[in-house]
Amino acid sequence: MLVNNKKGFLNKFYLFEILTGLKITMRNMLFAKNVTIQYPEERRTYSDRYRGLHYIKSVNGVENCTACMLCPTVCPAECIHIVAGERPDKEKYPVKFEIDILRCCYCGFCEEACPKDAIKLSNIYEMAVSYRDKGVYDKEALLVQRGTK
Amino acid sequence: MDMFTGIEMAAKVGLIVFVMLQVVPMMVWIERRGSALMQNRRGPNRVGPLGLFQSLADVVKFIFKEDMVPEHCDKFYYILAPAVVLLPAFMTFAVVPFGGDITIAGHVVHLQVADLNVGFLYILSIGSLGVYGIIMAGWSSNNKYSLLGSLRSSAQMISYELSMGLSLVGIVMIYSSFELREIVFRQTYPLMASAPGILAHIPKWGFFVQPVGFIIFLSSVYAETNRLPFDLPEGESEIVAGYHLEFGSMRFALFFMAEYLNMVTASALLTTLYFGGYSFPGLHIAAEAFTPLVARASEIASSLMPFVPTLANPDQWARAILEVAVFSAKVGFFMWLFVWVRWTLPRFRYDQLMDLGWKVFLPLSIANIAVTGVLIYLGVI
Repeated sequence: MLVNNKKGFLNKFYLFEILTGLKITMRNMLFAKNVTIQYPEERRTYSDRYRGLHYIKSVNGVENCTACMLCPTVCPAECIHIVAGERPDKEKYPVKFEIDILRCCYCGFCEEACPKDAIKLSNIYEMAVSYRDKGVYDKEALLVQRGTK
Repeated sequence: MDMFTGIEMAAKVGLIVFVMLQVVPMMVWIERRGSALMQNRRGPNRVGPLGLFQSLADVVKFIFKEDMVPEHCDKFYYILAPAVVLLPAFMTFAVVPFGGDITIAGHVVHLQVADLNVGFLYILSIGSLGVYGIIMAGWSSNNKYSLLGSLRSSAQMISYELSMGLSLVGIVMIYSSFELREIVFRQTYPLMASAPGILAHIPKWGFFVQPVGFIIFLSSVYAETNRLPFDLPEGESEIVAGYHLEFGSMRFALFFMAEYLNMVTASALLTTLYFGGYSFPGLHIAAEAFTPLVARASEIASSLMPFVPTLANPDQWARAILEVAVFSAKVGFFMWLFVWVRWTLPRFRYDQLMDLGWKVFLPLSIANIAVTGVLIYLGVI
């Protein structure tokens, strides 16, 4: 890198440069606006396309999913585990639908692959858990409607 | 030593130690908040009002942490090192006068722990003791990074101690005394007695008669206290944490405290030697106005608590209180300068540090002595 060193005695004399620096820090301290977001009270607004915690869209209390297995196939992290079953009216449905949040990389491929508009990624980003097994969301937890998508 | 002197000494030592220990958590808070604001952050603001109790919470954390001595360390020196770092920081303050004289029960009390007639040399000798603790810490840790940190520290201290001592020679030449009380007293003389108007009231502070010496001393003091831009002994980007790498819990906190105590002492020295100590032009006028208030407060106190006698000399007390306040304000400014400079300047490279110490400050301080000598001979200062 080509460094453009300043010429002249005053510029080489470190003391004046220090004073300039002190002026800058003081100006920042007194007049600049703090950029901190006071997290639990203040929230950053994310875009609608933000990919956060999953949910399965349901219509009239019945999940849209038909256990077609496209999402576990496309999933690069292999975090979706589906066991398919059959309803009395011969419709295929997921008996078990689990997403391992700890493995998920939030790529959103499942959302794109889904032909029934069932699996969705909400904009919830607080997913910390105290125990590893709490990081696996079952069907009941995924059926909570976490967004309007 | 009679009874009165004993109590007087105990009270003064107790006061100094108490105040210095209280300043440390405040200073940590100021540093954290100040640095945060300079970087457009907010800093600790959750514990207590404005985050003031953050330091308290930290102390509680440090005390309850497991106190462990790593297996590969030299136990004796490992345990001794934090104390050796901490003690000189307290000891240097002993010779700093923080106020004028007060007469209590017929005894003249100096507001200074030890009125040494070689106070000046005492500062230089005790001030350089702190490095022993740092070397002990680094060596006993049995860790390459710690040892590197303490080696850097010793090299830095030796380089800057020289120019620091030489820069102070100018002060001794001008005020012709080794006693800090005397130096403070002589700084109250007018700088230009024959100057017209307000200019005649400018005091003969060390800063005005020794500007170059002041800059050298200021920079050297930063190097001595291991603060940025000279904090190479702990340069975290190169040698992890330097000399206190192997230390944890309260032992680490002691190193941390020592750094801040050194800052307090260094600020007090800067104030005493270069900014007139506890004196301030026009202080006696303010003290006269303040006297009735002190007398009234003393009367109220003794009417409420009969065992407290009323002050026999409220004028002296008023002056002493103002002097301590002025001293605290000046020290406070320099402490703030420490924080301010730390969050403004980046760390020096090691060769730059050595260059500055040996090739710039040392010749400059010797030249300063020569020029001061010539000016004194010519009768200018």
